[in-house]
Amino acid sequence: MTAATAAPTAVDTPSMTGSQVVLQALVEQGVEVIFGYPGGAVLPIYDAIFQQDRIRHILVRHEQAAVHAAEGYARSTGKVGCVLVTSGPGATNTVTGLTDALMDSVPVVCLTGQVPTHMIGNDAFQEADTVGITRPCTKHNYLVKESSALARAIHEAFHVARSGRPGPVVVDLPKDILMKPAPYLPKDAVRHRTYHPPRDPDPRRIEEAVDLMARAERPIFYVGGGVINAGPKACALLQELVRETGYPITLTLMGLGAYPASDAQFIGMLGMHGTYEANMAMHGCDVMINIGARFDDRVTGRLDGFSPNSKKIHVDIDPSSINKNVAIDVPVIGDAERTLEALLNAWRRRGNVVASGRTKAWWGQIAEWQTKKSLRFRQGKDTIKPQYAIQRLCELTLEHDVYITTEVGQHQMWAAQHFKFEKPFRWMTSGGLGTMGYGFPAAMGVQVAHPEALVIDIAGEASWLMNMQEMSTCIQYRLPVKSFILNNSYMGMVRQWQDFFHGNRHAESYMDSLPDFVKLAEAFGAVGLRATKPSEVDDVIKEMLRINKTVIVDMVVDRNENVYPMIPGGAAHNEIKLSPEDEDGPHEAISEEGMVLV
Amino acid sequence: MAQPVPQSSQALFSDAVQAAEERHTLVVLVDNEPGVLARVIGLFSGRGYNIDSLTVAEIDTAKALSRINIVTTGTPLVIEQIKNLLAKLVPVHSVQDLTVEGPHIERELALVKVIGERERLIGALRIADFMHARLVDSTPESFVFEMTGTTSEIDSFIHMLEPVEVSRAGVVAISRGRLLLQEREQAPED
Repeated sequence: MTAATAAPTAVDTPSMTGSQVVLQALVEQGVEVIFGYPGGAVLPIYDAIFQQDRIRHILVRHEQAAVHAAEGYARSTGKVGCVLVTSGPGATNTVTGLTDALMDSVPVVCLTGQVPTHMIGNDAFQEADTVGITRPCTKHNYLVKESSALARAIHEAFHVARSGRPGPVVVDLPKDILMKPAPYLPKDAVRHRTYHPPRDPDPRRIEEAVDLMARAERPIFYVGGGVINAGPKACALLQELVRETGYPITLTLMGLGAYPASDAQFIGMLGMHGTYEANMAMHGCDVMINIGARFDDRVTGRLDGFSPNSKKIHVDIDPSSINKNVAIDVPVIGDAERTLEALLNAWRRRGNVVASGRTKAWWGQIAEWQTKKSLRFRQGKDTIKPQYAIQRLCELTLEHDVYITTEVGQHQMWAAQHFKFEKPFRWMTSGGLGTMGYGFPAAMGVQVAHPEALVIDIAGEASWLMNMQEMSTCIQYRLPVKSFILNNSYMGMVRQWQDFFHGNRHAESYMDSLPDFVKLAEAFGAVGLRATKPSEVDDVIKEMLRINKTVIVDMVVDRNENVYPMIPGGAAHNEIKLSPEDEDGPHEAISEEGMVLV
Repeated sequence: MAQPVPQSSQALFSDAVQAAEERHTLVVLVDNEPGVLARVIGLFSGRGYNIDSLTVAEIDTAKALSRINIVTTGTPLVIEQIKNLLAKLVPVHSVQDLTVEGPHIERELALVKVIGERERLIGALRIADFMHARLVDSTPESFVFEMTGTTSEIDSFIHMLEPVEVSRAGVVAISRGRLLLQEREQAPED
């Protein structure tokens, strides 16, 4: 408040053009890298970029990839990712990426060019109603119509993108605004009029939550990506709280890495393809402590069968996430870091300690569920099991500083199941929107942020093809991204659902005429490797790790493998299906209600 | 062969979602900036919520604030969700649920036109008089009445009058007593 009144309204530097104001604001906001693609409406900004060296620009090959790269950058660093595209098609191409960032709460600021203000609404060349199109797929958006509003819009965009529940923000910049002189306003002189989401939880709710936690006999922590978004300290506090309570913890797809996978209290991912023990524990618990997860339909299964006998605590920064799908007993609105700190303090103040007696029977029950070994698979001599390839990839990269991205489908679920994440910010996947083509450009963004790290896109061949043009970007900037393609010649998850729900009729899910991925790599100037037998897996992975260049690995895997366990659509957690070897038959009849669910 | 369309998609809904629908009057204070109404309407249309009535006008020119009055129907969970989603919109200062917060006044304005012979017009005048509507335009063949009242009063006026044309402004509302619509509280820090 004081800053807004004390600071001057504008710094009078008439020599600055709109483009220079934009770049100055980005620098002040800590932007080091922009992912973008030029075009007519944003040429003034590109000209300004050319004449400075404070911000690096990465030229992508498609605007969708620019947003995914910014997402990868943001999710691996905790910073705001930045995108710059032109008007019309440049802006419309970002829509998938923006929606992805909105669903997964990724802070991204996307600057779009626009036709000059006097031509807006005139169906001008490369004109699109960008704020209209992106309104439902952004957290907020701006069309800057006055030079005097420019600096404020950029600063506000970053504030909105990173505050509260993070998300994408679009700033639409007409070309004349970029070319005309514009006043600069420093970051500290801008205070948002309305948007200041509270971070501190209500202390009464904290006491209620700890009351429930301290009495629990069958407790479970159900933790999502919100804790990772809250930062490394939130993750450290989570570990302290979980260890001090001695309670089991399950993580969502987005939450993997928030708690070390190797810890004995971690009972695996939950949800549609989560472990048997995690889902059964969710079903049978008496107190559920949800921190930063949103009861997604992929997690809950059938809502009226979801954890029927538990008291539910829900910690979320976003009030609209609470009581959306599931009735909550103790809602706690707040930032995960502040809330975990408060919970931990309250827990300690009461002198609570690990109550092994109270939860002994519960842990015994969980241990019994764990004996099902729901993630197990049988690797034979002839074909490579995809799970085996990921397991070996995990084991052979233990010594590396490794970041994993994925595309969407079966390989994504196997990666989530079999790659063990010990730290946060190491796992980038499209959870909410399920965007095929996310992983490769996201990996590129991660590699830009962490040039020395090992960055691997665990991919399916169908997804990978959707943004393969970015090979060219990787080569241009010498980004040694590894594409680890589990190639089964199918859209595997589509085929799996056709097997389960549509009588094995594989309508359009076979990928005919696939490229030779080794030759494809070579065509781009990268290195291509291939494994077709289980005995070749280790050698290919080691070779991939040895090469400090962009690599495509064509891992030719079992075409018929399906992802287990699985909670079919319309089923509850305790109706989870284990692999056919454990059950009566491979494709049990699914209820009609289940079929309608996606 | 076509797949049978599942009759029941009960699995999509929890018991809570099937609870009875309620009518709520919400008041939303927003920055009067381009696109703000589209954000509010888009929130309703994008998520399949009902808008029974929506009115908007600037109420503070100096601060550039507009007030939106929304009448909506939904289950208690949906109403709570709507309020949370509205509060989440960046240009929104505050959201008030008058239905929950206590006694309040709702008014609507209607302009209604009647056309006909002298007998018809005299009949209309009697009804208007009885309902406290005001004659604001008259020709030998037509009357236009202005009426303010609650939605149900206007409904019954129109029902009795059987006009040829109706123009209604939608619901505006305000709480009774000392209760005020607050601007969004400023957090002490970012």
